[in-house]
Amino acid sequence: MEDTATPQTAEEILSEPGAPVVVFDQVQLAFDDKVILRNISFTLISGHTKIILGASGSGKSTTLKIITGLLRADSGVVWVNGERVDQLSEKEMMNVRGDLGMIFQEGALFDSLTVRENVGYKLYEESDMPLEQAHRRVEEVLGWVGLAEYIDRMPSELSGGQRRRVAIARAMAFKPRILLYDEATTGLDPITATTVDEEIMKLRDLEHVSSIVVTHQLRDAFYVATHMAVRNDDGKVEIVRATPEKEREAEFIMIRDGVIIFEGDADALRGSTDPYIQTFLS
Amino acid sequence: MLTLFEGWGKHAALEVQEYVFLVRAAIVGVVTRPRYRYDIWEQFDRIGVGSLTVVVLTGFFTGAALALQSGLTLDQFGGRSVVGRLISASMIKELGPVLTALMLTGRVGSGIAAELGSMVVTDQIYALRALGTDPVRKLVVPRLLAGFFMAPVLTIISDFVGIVGGWLVAIFQLQVASGIYWSSVTQALYMQDVWMGLIKPFVLGFVIVTTACHVGLRTSGGTQGVGQSTTVAVVTGSVAVIAADYFVTQVLIKLLY
Repeated sequence: MEDTATPQTAEEILSEPGAPVVVFDQVQLAFDDKVILRNISFTLISGHTKIILGASGSGKSTTLKIITGLLRADSGVVWVNGERVDQLSEKEMMNVRGDLGMIFQEGALFDSLTVRENVGYKLYEESDMPLEQAHRRVEEVLGWVGLAEYIDRMPSELSGGQRRRVAIARAMAFKPRILLYDEATTGLDPITATTVDEEIMKLRDLEHVSSIVVTHQLRDAFYVATHMAVRNDDGKVEIVRATPEKEREAEFIMIRDGVIIFEGDADALRGSTDPYIQTFLS
Repeated sequence: MLTLFEGWGKHAALEVQEYVFLVRAAIVGVVTRPRYRYDIWEQFDRIGVGSLTVVVLTGFFTGAALALQSGLTLDQFGGRSVVGRLISASMIKELGPVLTALMLTGRVGSGIAAELGSMVVTDQIYALRALGTDPVRKLVVPRLLAGFFMAPVLTIISDFVGIVGGWLVAIFQLQVASGIYWSSVTQALYMQDVWMGLIKPFVLGFVIVTTACHVGLRTSGGTQGVGQSTTVAVVTGSVAVIAADYFVTQVLIKLLY
């Protein structure tokens, strides 16, 4: 009998629900004598959120930089979208980064470029997209983060929260399937932080972007994990309490001195009896 | 004590290695795609046109001061009329290239180190890489091309303005006839001198920009680090200019004369 089933491509496998998009396996990194990451292993599933908690200097941001290939691990294996990024050269990494967006701690907006040029940087400089189409995409994503009227401003004219939202717009402009948030709400007032959290949820729940959120802001971490964005019949986006299934898609990791000391969902984290976690949560 | 020297030696070796890597990557970036044409033109404008005022002023006053000083000395031998020779030879062979390069180190080198250093400490370099851009191609190559090609242009302007400065002093203060000054300027010039004055600035422009880019991209330690990088870029760049001038002069004398 003839077998009519066609084998799936890596692209198809990775786009399936439940496919792993980021895999960290026994990753270690040290700068001189200081160990930053010690045997870190975790998996990010497509469409899910991984929230990495930990004190300053515990190795959270380093983890994101290893995923994007900005830093190289000393040992261990790192898979991103089916590619072993720990073995790729800087040139080969450029392709992997085409599907990875990263929001840096202070936004890392380019000072000499306007908001439009910042948001559309990749489209204008690193793609063949026609200029008109790129302009439209920039306007669309700025509208999405509610900053359409700031399109011709310089980054220095924006507030801290606006800079983070422009950074989110820049990271999402080229429609990556994975977004990495490095302390996206640190230093912001609670209202602005909530706005940024809601952008994270909207991207995750409406655009189906897989996310890794690095933070030490517990309020934001739990808010992102326990809420979800839904689009109403009238097209308006609303933030509501997450369903139990949705809540389980957000997994927490707690890193302490480069070691994972907890991995689980929001309920498990709240129920942990580990004294360090208790202190962290209190 | 030995450990201190060992540490210093390792650090120096690492810096040299990183500098060589940067220069290699920049040269590869010059000859291969992608190229960021807008950034290249922008840097030609900033480094070339932007440095014009300081180079013109430096050249003019150097030529004028040289005429005054050499006028006094030449008077002792009754040779005031050949002041033009001294000025043209000094400006074209040595002072024009070196002073222009030093001015560029102060203005351009410090600017490059501060700009790139700020980008490093605010994660903008990481952001560039995360967005798929090679920082060497985007930031170093345009500056390298601008420094390499604009330093000779600025040197030629500086030489000319210096000779004009000397001419004004010669006719108004030293009472040397204008015709005598200009014929003296051209009489003393040999083609070898012109070549030396033209080749040197290419090397010096390259040295200034690559040093500043290297120092800027190696910045660490926040805003304080940016300040330190700026100082290091100017000091290292100035010393490198003087040292490179000596070695290039040695080589060119062997090759041209």
